[in-house]
Amino acid sequence: MPQAKDIVIPATARPRIRFNADTVFKGVTVVAAVVVPIIIAGIFWELLILSWPALKKFGWRFFVTEVWNPVTQQFGAASSIYGTVISTLIAMVLAVPMSIVIALFLVELAPRSVSKVVSNLIELLAAIPSIIYGMWGLFIFAPFMAKYVQPFLGQHLGFLPLFTGPPMGIGMLTAGVILAFMILPFITAICRDVFSLVPPVLKESGYGVGATTWEVTYKITLPYGIVGVLGGIFLGLGRALGETMAVTFVIGNTHKISLSLFAPGNSIASSLANEFAEATEPIYLSSLIALGLVLFLFTFLVQVISQIMLRRLYRGWSIKL
Amino acid sequence: MKKIVCLLALIGCLVAAGVAQAQVTINGAGASFPYPVYSKWAHKYHELTKVKVNYQSIGSGGGIAQIKAKTVDFGATDDPLKVEELKTEGLFQFPTLIGGVVPIFNVPGVEAGKLTLSPEVLVDIFMGKIKNWNDPAIAKLNAGVKLPDLPITVVHRADGSGTTWIFTNYLSKVSPEWKEKVGNAKAVSWPTGMGAKGNEGVANNVKQVSGSIGYVEYAYATINKIPYAKLINKAGKAVVPSLESFKAAAAAADWKSAPGFYMVLTDLPGENTWPIVGATFILIHKEQLNAEKAKETLKFFDWAFKHGDAIAQELHYVTMPDSVVALIQEGWSKEVKLAERTGLKQLWP
Repeated sequence: MPQAKDIVIPATARPRIRFNADTVFKGVTVVAAVVVPIIIAGIFWELLILSWPALKKFGWRFFVTEVWNPVTQQFGAASSIYGTVISTLIAMVLAVPMSIVIALFLVELAPRSVSKVVSNLIELLAAIPSIIYGMWGLFIFAPFMAKYVQPFLGQHLGFLPLFTGPPMGIGMLTAGVILAFMILPFITAICRDVFSLVPPVLKESGYGVGATTWEVTYKITLPYGIVGVLGGIFLGLGRALGETMAVTFVIGNTHKISLSLFAPGNSIASSLANEFAEATEPIYLSSLIALGLVLFLFTFLVQVISQIMLRRLYRGWSIKL
Repeated sequence: MKKIVCLLALIGCLVAAGVAQAQVTINGAGASFPYPVYSKWAHKYHELTKVKVNYQSIGSGGGIAQIKAKTVDFGATDDPLKVEELKTEGLFQFPTLIGGVVPIFNVPGVEAGKLTLSPEVLVDIFMGKIKNWNDPAIAKLNAGVKLPDLPITVVHRADGSGTTWIFTNYLSKVSPEWKEKVGNAKAVSWPTGMGAKGNEGVANNVKQVSGSIGYVEYAYATINKIPYAKLINKAGKAVVPSLESFKAAAAAADWKSAPGFYMVLTDLPGENTWPIVGATFILIHKEQLNAEKAKETLKFFDWAFKHGDAIAQELHYVTMPDSVVALIQEGWSKEVKLAERTGLKQLWP
């Protein structure tokens, strides 16, 4: 076997080739890396420029009025922003506790073989295209909600304004639940990784002093991984905010703010998906782009926060990012 | 030697075939409503003449924008351009197909064709004034039909669409209140209900939600087998939507005195006339620069008018009556010209 040092490269050829390849490689990577921030800045700039006519015409009231009338050309983003926030909130309320519980089960309790299979299945959920969730939501889940879940909620929690109105199956609640299904695998996967990174010596010490599984989970695993869990939650949040097709199928697409979760509503993403193609009037188009700008800022903010959280976590483990 | 000659002959044949193949391609874009028919026409026409017609279903708004920008040979739109706009843009507009918009419903216990609605009741439902299926106003029109105590859910289009334009045009015509409060457009601010994307979206939502009512192109109602309602027309008769009642509407319209074929076929007189009918239109530039393409475009639509009926009917659309086709072709020869250095030259026939 020749050793690496045995291979002789002619002295004349060596520096030139290495120099070139390195330069090219460096150039390519630098360009590729620089392109990303440029594109982001470009998108932001373009959104700002194109939404300017609407923002100028409607002013700050654009963000607080519910009116969305293509006939009179009066537009307000309030219902879309409200719908985005509420549907995301429902998704988070449902998905976060469930994700953490699933992750804890996979890491702490499940036998290795079960853990492996379930982990793979959950990751498979993440790979399903969102339009499939939407179709499933419309054809199977919405009728299920209308028939069983909403009448049940209306009967037992109907005194709350949240659960009033006819059970149509399509509306804010269904959209939120579908979103929860979609972000569940993301949060679960991150939580699982975070929990499995807890140093065994910590847990073993816990068990050593006689702690139960619950105590170890509650007092060691969770606090240790909390920042990572938060990072995962924000990642899920980012996805829920921008989710388009699945939401469009089941949210009901109405520019109205209703207190009832059974009522149809809309989100920024669903409004854009629906209306962009046929918005020919300049102010209509500009208003839609302004909605896009709001969503861009929302998700950007969420991503920044999640990055900060994850970074802090990794720093805590002295892993350089 | 013989082999080489054979080979050369073969190559020659292939090249010749290739040349014959590489004929004109006509590009069009616009409304999604006539897309099934246009694409089938194009397919058949290609088989017959080897002329390729590409039609992209990008929506009426897109079609208008594309033809204005001259990136396509023809644009297609569901809501006709007004005469003034045609003039400033130098466009010629003509109708190709007629389709009906029908109210579809999902009320347990009420079968297809058993529900009759009057214009007033239809408006009040879509206004959100009539909220339950057991409302006396509906019951009065439907003696003998058992209407359940079920809240009404209105399903409308969430995207801008020609279907909505035709439907709200009808509602505006029969109700001054609708005209004032909501209006007539491709997208409006709906007083009540939920939105769905596309005809298929409305059809699906109506299928899923018990107690719902929506409106779709006739073809979607028939293909999806969703019960549709009868409507009382201007003559006071309850009509069933059908290709015949759409044709009656086209025949009832006075195309001759409609410059630019600007014609809305809603709420027209006639005993058998379905009241919510719309035409879909083609836009071409009056001054054509490419003689071959312009001629082929007109030839394609000429063929479609003459031989496209069967395909259109198969897909539940109605082609224009012969009298209207004659008017259209008269317009072609009078208004669509080839722009040459020496001046304008007649293109058709």
